[in-house]
Amino acid sequence: MKNELSDLARDLIAVRDARDRAAFGRLFDHFAPRLKAMLLRGGLRDGSAEDVVQDVMLAVWHKAAQFDPHRADAAAWIYGIARNRRIDMARRRPLAQPEEMPEIESLEPDAAQILALQQEAAQLGAALSRLAPEQAEALRAAYFDDIPHSRISEMTGLPLGTIKSRIRLGLDRLRHELRKIAP
Amino acid sequence: MTEISHHIPEDILDAYRAGTLPHAFGVVVAAHLSLCDECRARREAGDMIGGALLSRAEGAALRPDARDRIMAALDAPPPPPPIRGSGVFPAPVMAELGGRPPRWRMLGGGIRQQILSADREGSLRLLCIPPGKAVPEHGHRGLELTLVLQGSFSDSEGAFHRGDVETAHDAIDHQPVAGPGAPCICLAATDAPLRFNALVPRLLQPIFRI
Repeated sequence: MKNELSDLARDLIAVRDARDRAAFGRLFDHFAPRLKAMLLRGGLRDGSAEDVVQDVMLAVWHKAAQFDPHRADAAAWIYGIARNRRIDMARRRPLAQPEEMPEIESLEPDAAQILALQQEAAQLGAALSRLAPEQAEALRAAYFDDIPHSRISEMTGLPLGTIKSRIRLGLDRLRHELRKIAP
Repeated sequence: MTEISHHIPEDILDAYRAGTLPHAFGVVVAAHLSLCDECRARREAGDMIGGALLSRAEGAALRPDARDRIMAALDAPPPPPPIRGSGVFPAPVMAELGGRPPRWRMLGGGIRQQILSADREGSLRLLCIPPGKAVPEHGHRGLELTLVLQGSFSDSEGAFHRGDVETAHDAIDHQPVAGPGAPCICLAATDAPLRFNALVPRLLQPIFRI
């Protein structure tokens, strides 16, 4: 089962389950320079971008228990942490966050579900590269720069529908497991 | 969880994702996401776009000591865990309540409320309406989001149960009536004081801050 996971997802799970520092180091090497590039594009100065990268990666270490490969790939999950961090820097009060999903000790990984989500993430990446330049630029502006985005779904027609149902499946699974433990 | 049929509109979810929603509305969206797998999945699907862009981004050079800094920081104690939900109140509402049960104030007619926050951008309150009771008819001068946490209410827009959100814009004049059973507890965010259609409630508005 583990062989079907991407290296990054496997490293993140090793951090989650075994507090594996070497795996965390590999995640840092992969994501930290990309996060810094994203923060620089968003208008942060070099020193602040470095500090925020440290904050975000430290949050990855502490929040790893929340990572669920049925619902997100490693990049999407880490992106979400970085996005929240940047939003809160720009706000007077931190943005309210939804209740964290419960951690389920007994949840056996569902290889088919995880693999399908990873494949759809790959297809999404391929679809991104086929976008017209102005659409790709608009997406980068919306997700990397500090421009409030609206109507992303209308703008691009990216294949998010299947990804939504995959994530929904992952959530359903988790709730179902929870009911078995605490009906 | 029960089936939720009234969700967060796409433009408001986009604004939440972008972090541009005023505090009061952000809490209602976060509370709805806590109860609604559908909208949580919509939000997480948006993160997949961000993740795909992040994966494809060309990295920027880090300072030479960046890796040593992070590895040294791993042993620091973790931050305190966030406040958890309790009873009918999901975590973001408990956070607004400071982790304590609501301290209701009587509004008249058996209706109770607690104001959670109020500033120039909007106000956020919990309302508790006895079964069968109507909230006075009112129109809005802006946007109102109302999330049901317990019981139900109905108005010209339909029936709303736990987890459902009613989105009311300027033009809507509606008269919510609480359904039978448990009192209807809802979380309501407005960006302008409500405007009541009857004269007396309007005069009382500054007093009750409703």
